[in-house]
Amino acid sequence: MTETDAIVIENASLYGDTTADLVIVDGRIASLDRADAPAGARTIDASGLVALPGLVDIHVHLREPGREDAETIETGSRSAAKGGFVAVHAMANTTPTADTAGVVEQVASRGKEVGLVDVYPVGAVTVGLEGNQLSEMGAMANSRAQVRVFSDDGKCVHDPVLMRRALEYVKTFDGVIAQHAQDPRLTEGAQMHEGLVSTDLGLAGWPAVAEESIIARDVLLAEHVGSRLHVCHLSTAGSVEIIRWAKAKGIDVTAEVMPHHLLLTDENVRGYDPRFKVNPPLRTQADVDAVRAGLADGTIDIVATDHAPHPDEDKDCEWGAAAMGMIGLETAVGIVQKTMVDSGALSWRDVARVMSTTPASIGRDEGHGRPLEVGEPANITLIDPTATWTVEPSATASRSNNSPFGGIELPGRAVATFLRGRPTYTDVSFEGAFA
Amino acid sequence: MTGTILGAPDIGRALTRIAHEILERNEGPEHLVLLGIPTRGVPLAHRLAQRLAEVEPSFDAAARCGALDITMYRDDLRKQPTRSIGPTTLPKVGIDDATVVLVDDVLHTGRTIRAALDAIKDEGRPKAVQLAVLVDRGHRELPIRADYVGKNIPTSRSERVDVHLGETDDEDAVILSGGRS
Amino acid sequence: MKHLLGTQDMTREDATLILDTTAQMAATQDREIRKLPTLRGRTVVNLFFEDSTRTRISFEAAAKRLSADVINFSAKGSSLSKGESLKDTALTLQAMGADAVVIRHWASGAADRLAQSGWMHGAVLNAGDGTHQHPTQALLDAFTMRRHLVTEPDGRGLDGLTVAIVGDVLHSRVAGSNIALLKTLGANVVVVAPPTLIPFGMAAREDISVHYTLDSALEAHDFDAIMMLRVQRERMTGGGSGFFPSPEEYTRLFGLDRARMDRMPEHAIILHPGPMNRGLEISAEAADSPRSVIVEQVSNGVAVRMAALYLLLSGEEAPND
Repeated sequence: MTETDAIVIENASLYGDTTADLVIVDGRIASLDRADAPAGARTIDASGLVALPGLVDIHVHLREPGREDAETIETGSRSAAKGGFVAVHAMANTTPTADTAGVVEQVASRGKEVGLVDVYPVGAVTVGLEGNQLSEMGAMANSRAQVRVFSDDGKCVHDPVLMRRALEYVKTFDGVIAQHAQDPRLTEGAQMHEGLVSTDLGLAGWPAVAEESIIARDVLLAEHVGSRLHVCHLSTAGSVEIIRWAKAKGIDVTAEVMPHHLLLTDENVRGYDPRFKVNPPLRTQADVDAVRAGLADGTIDIVATDHAPHPDEDKDCEWGAAAMGMIGLETAVGIVQKTMVDSGALSWRDVARVMSTTPASIGRDEGHGRPLEVGEPANITLIDPTATWTVEPSATASRSNNSPFGGIELPGRAVATFLRGRPTYTDVSFEGAFA
Repeated sequence: MTGTILGAPDIGRALTRIAHEILERNEGPEHLVLLGIPTRGVPLAHRLAQRLAEVEPSFDAAARCGALDITMYRDDLRKQPTRSIGPTTLPKVGIDDATVVLVDDVLHTGRTIRAALDAIKDEGRPKAVQLAVLVDRGHRELPIRADYVGKNIPTSRSERVDVHLGETDDEDAVILSGGRS
Repeated sequence: MKHLLGTQDMTREDATLILDTTAQMAATQDREIRKLPTLRGRTVVNLFFEDSTRTRISFEAAAKRLSADVINFSAKGSSLSKGESLKDTALTLQAMGADAVVIRHWASGAADRLAQSGWMHGAVLNAGDGTHQHPTQALLDAFTMRRHLVTEPDGRGLDGLTVAIVGDVLHSRVAGSNIALLKTLGANVVVVAPPTLIPFGMAAREDISVHYTLDSALEAHDFDAIMMLRVQRERMTGGGSGFFPSPEEYTRLFGLDRARMDRMPEHAIILHPGPMNRGLEISAEAADSPRSVIVEQVSNGVAVRMAALYLLLSGEEAPND
């Protein structure tokens, strides 16, 4: 199939509030009325489905190069498309680290080759993520990969001087520093959220203050140097308060929350199942309530998955030896619906904002996060909000199956994804149209 | 033939007779030690000791009577739910070179007595071991017989013999029940 | 009981059963012939991912006195230098026909994980996991206290007794197990430690009294028993991560010496899980005083482990009656 193939999506509920048809011709939305469809166009009945601008995930780990046993750009792209995503930002903690133009170009070109989602490499802030010396961010920005997001994710840019310099330096090319906020000294050996449960379980605590103190410092630095800052995987009530305060002061900061921090708590860790081991850790119910409220009122700008594949051997072991992280691309839509939409905290239009428009804007992803209007690129995600399903981790398209959501029932999911008019994922129910 | 086989007077008479038999057989009480097997062998042993003392005042009933728990010597531990372990209390004089009279309520397969013999062996080296039981219901699975029997009660394997004693059950009675006829 | 993983979820009924069984086991240990045939033909594996000669020997003695076959399996490895994985080790033990695995591990939760993972079928006895639990230590401590402080102890708990736990509660699996079990058995628990060594949330608990010096605790309570925890000298005061300024300061504020010992009621006993740092958390005078039951704790340790092995291994198959 080529990009010129015309497709008509009939009776879709655009943003969950306006019923219309989407006529796709030459990779763009040509019309909102099926009467304009060219002869021979394939037709999809989207009655009951919500159409959103294709989802953008600013925080995933595709593991390639280096850990192809956990994930590859191809399997990660497939999982992303299946989850409704049309673009992902691949974090820099690969082997070798994505801290040079060569590595980011390799990732970008492999992403293009696979062609299921637009893969935007994230560049490392410091060489080897070691926190000592700035990497050549300019070279990465000016490479064919056009990197705009820089992060040492997995590690915190802890040195305040280095962080200040990084924030200043990326102004040159309109970049952003995405900070993994974790004070390393306060979290030495940390295994889970520091709280009553960690006391019960005898696991070394990861205190909320270790995240909040870095975020507080960083927003002040961002204000001081007039740069934009993005906060990765915000997880605590205190962090929400700090971001709220910073935004009220007019500081140019954005923040993301992960689906698992919207749903799970440290109570899930009882039983020591390493599928619940993640960094930052699962927090308390009060934190979950606070990040949901923060996402609802716009303090938290976006949802990102922190999709972090790990092979079985890194999870089928004792807690202390297990790797941190969980996959999440295919469950994100369902969890956001379950925690935010079904409760009325977010409309589907808000979901479009937090999972497409704003992340695309933070990442400067051209052609993504655009409205569902005539003339726009046909990056579209169809969601069935009534397709109740039970998560079966082994059914994932990811190479790894370390999902903490196994057995959990979710109310909906993405059923079709279109990247510039081309279906990159379609549910089995559409087999007729795409046989 | 189900129902109460022995009443309180029957049990009393049987124990008195056994006490006399023990004395006769051992030519006096000098080296006797009575060890009851929990649960109901223990009060039976105490009653026998009491009767021995009544006949032979030189016999110190309290000092010559003890309990021997055989749980940890059973051969059917893995075929039963976990059993709690009862107390083992040996008389101060010990059992070395004594004539130990094991006392139990019902003699059936003989496996309990087999376990008791093993348990005794770990506690010391008596001169002789004898066995007194209130009821012998037959169906032996090991070459073991009692030296003193209160009452032989022929039973079928499916029947149950329950001994009730005032100390543990508020009444003295031997009851035969169940059974497929 | 299928496993013995911790004291947190242990019912009072189960705890009392273990203590009562321990009493019967202890009685057999005064005899000339201490060996019992109870677990003949069963295999107990001591699986130690962390050195602890004392605990291993205690479990080994307990298993052998019940006639079980004992296999010692020392699987070296740490969070940094991973050796064979717990899973592979468990599969190996399963293949060797282990009926019970006694596991000591540096990772909190390793025993729980082994019990719940389905990697093996046998009973799991936690012999200390990270900074989480060490249930047989807590049970032997409770047994020792009950024997000394409760008249006609059989069937009883520790109701109304006041027990002090002094030292590094934060990292101590012994303290973790003891606090839970003592509460279950009805004792009042007084925790004494510098604030840096109190676990998160404990100071706010209404069912535990927390004191930041031993003197203030002695002032406020009449202890029936005091349990001194071992101080890990090197770890406690290393560099910027020290939990208190110096061993000397620790001894001044938390050490049990003659003067402090004399402030306790006459019947109060002194416990220590060992090995002791004489002169640091406990003075020689206190350790060797007649109130000290530290040596008895060791022998009670064997009895409690016999009881645990008996209760876990003796009645495994489906009931017949």
